[in-house]
Amino acid sequence: MSRQSMRANDPKKVSGELFTLTYGSLVAQLLKDYENVDDVNRQLERMGYNIGMRLIEDFLARANPGRCYDLRDTADKIQQAFKLYLGVSPSIGSWSPGGDEFSVVLETNPMAEFVELPDHCLGLRYSNIMAGVIRGACEMVQLEVMAWFIADQLKGDNVTEIRVKFVKRLEDAIPAGED
Amino acid sequence: MTVHSLYILSKSGGLIYQHDHNIPTVEHEKTFSYPLEVKLEVQNRNIVVSYGQRDGIKVGHTLMAVNGMKVTGQQLEDGRDAMLVLADEANYPINLKFARPRLTTNEKIFQASMFYPLYALACQLSPEQRSSGIEILEADNFRMNCFQTLTGVKFMVISDVKQTGIDNLLHRVYEIYSDFALKNPFYSLEMPIRCELFDEHLKSALEQAERLGISNI
Repeated sequence: MSRQSMRANDPKKVSGELFTLTYGSLVAQLLKDYENVDDVNRQLERMGYNIGMRLIEDFLARANPGRCYDLRDTADKIQQAFKLYLGVSPSIGSWSPGGDEFSVVLETNPMAEFVELPDHCLGLRYSNIMAGVIRGACEMVQLEVMAWFIADQLKGDNVTEIRVKFVKRLEDAIPAGED
Repeated sequence: MTVHSLYILSKSGGLIYQHDHNIPTVEHEKTFSYPLEVKLEVQNRNIVVSYGQRDGIKVGHTLMAVNGMKVTGQQLEDGRDAMLVLADEANYPINLKFARPRLTTNEKIFQASMFYPLYALACQLSPEQRSSGIEILEADNFRMNCFQTLTGVKFMVISDVKQTGIDNLLHRVYEIYSDFALKNPFYSLEMPIRCELFDEHLKSALEQAERLGISNI
């Protein structure tokens, strides 16, 4: 049995709607707990960071990608991870001239499928957890990045766009035999 | 074909998981008459055979029991000093049990953290650039395979030299680790893994690897 066929009937696949709704209830609960939209944004990012730190191992074990030596590799792998975990293929674009910054553009955001933002929380970055996941996952492979939302369909933009900026390689954290 | 044991080292070099799967027990019991034909001496507070190999009792084996009475360190269960008992002719004939002792938890932690710098050293000694550390270490009676993930976690399997399919087994163990240890919300990173589901899945993966001994798991 090859690994490919194992993935095809992967028993771990679940309904996307269940995931979307669960995430929705998490955000709704956080809004109740904090009342302040900025705190909720921060909390979501932190949760995402913690998820990313663990999720990266799953990604490495399943997809078995090699180490990245260039931000373009990283971008490809982030695209691959979106496919694996959210079932969507974002496009990568808007590279900065220095090649240290790019955008992940989602035509549809599966996390916000049934959502309309009410008036009192227009400052909410609903899917902010994604930015945290990207940051946490990259940090575990010794890559410090910043990730933030610059466009959101929930706020009337055409697409959902996450900006990712390379900060530095965490040289001290690179395990022996990997540098 | 056997898989003896498995070690998982965190990225900072600490032992976070250890499982003894199939370690052969070496035990020999024999009744001796005076004077004792094997030479015994005290090493690390244990009584060890130093010379005089016979009937399966080998140099390096530790005295485990005297006349069925357990020996802890140098003491018998009833508090007598084992060396004094053995020196007294009146106690003969005497039945002694020798065995190769298992590693204690402390020793395992010690050995595992010893491997960490060896791995790093191997990268430095390499004549080629960008070399990995030790991936396979082979001896007469066992082979150790080590797999380091991109995040720096090391998985080590100690197996029989004839065992095949270890690479796949290591990868499978990585998957199990990412599924059953990391997705457990009550497991904190870098801490020893105490998850029952992890144990179960790991055990069945090891058994399967032993049974098949070939490349598909």
